[in-house]
Amino acid sequence: MSGALKIELGRRYRFAASHRLHTPQLSEEENCRIYGKCSNPFGHGHNYVVEVSVSGEVDPATGMIANLADLDSFVERQIIEPFDHRYLNEELAAFRETVPTTENLCIEIFQRLKTFPKAQLERVRIEETGNNSFEYAEDHQEEPEGNRP
Amino acid sequence: MVLLTRKIEFSASHFYHNPNFSPEENRRVFGKCNNPHGHGHNYTLEVTVAGEPDPITGMVLDLKELKEILEREVMQRMDHRHLNYEVPELAGQIPTCENIAQVIWNLLEPKITQGKLHRVRLYETPDLFADCHRNGAKS
Repeated sequence: MSGALKIELGRRYRFAASHRLHTPQLSEEENCRIYGKCSNPFGHGHNYVVEVSVSGEVDPATGMIANLADLDSFVERQIIEPFDHRYLNEELAAFRETVPTTENLCIEIFQRLKTFPKAQLERVRIEETGNNSFEYAEDHQEEPEGNRP
Repeated sequence: MVLLTRKIEFSASHFYHNPNFSPEENRRVFGKCNNPHGHGHNYTLEVTVAGEPDPITGMVLDLKELKEILEREVMQRMDHRHLNYEVPELAGQIPTCENIAQVIWNLLEPKITQGKLHRVRLYETPDLFADCHRNGAKS
């Protein structure tokens, strides 16, 4: 046995959005070759599932790392409201210059969620379809034992 | 190193209530989960064991043995039970997903002697789960 026991809370959220994989840095032929159907100029959509994992001390008074109502309302405000039923390329500033692949979507969503005040964001995992999923995490300093609030 | 995962399901009831909170505070913090009559879930437990496959059997551990450990330690304790009243390991704790996962980790870790317990993931619903692992052992 080694290392302290670590508990994480995971929660899944859903939104539907459209996107187009295309970059002006490549020629039309290269865009078609690399992105295939995903480069269709009219765009297409997915039902995205966003799995959010947070960690922290389990509060003995509540048995919780973070109150789900707080996490849900934070994710609703930071992710669902701006992303649900949107065209990612046009309506999200982050994807004006960056291709909205699900890799880049993971990073953008991680940045928007890492300010969650009640727990440490560990990871964002996104299912673009039932068969494709992507994960993003950033290294963060583990707080020393016995030095947590 | 190879990771092996076995999944089991159990059904149990619970409610959230802290006797040190006022009734209003209990309702505010725990919402619907504070209903004193309790409510239930179909829990799904995923247990992941890490190890090297034995060169003769090709196994990290015998799945039959893992199944028996899970039956004895988890199913018999928690399946079709009221987690607030019938599971001594949870006494004095709010039976949240986080706390139940930790109790299951503590029950299983000493029993798994072939390979090493790597992760416990407990789903309370398909959209809510808790993960338990040792620091530095992330997959």
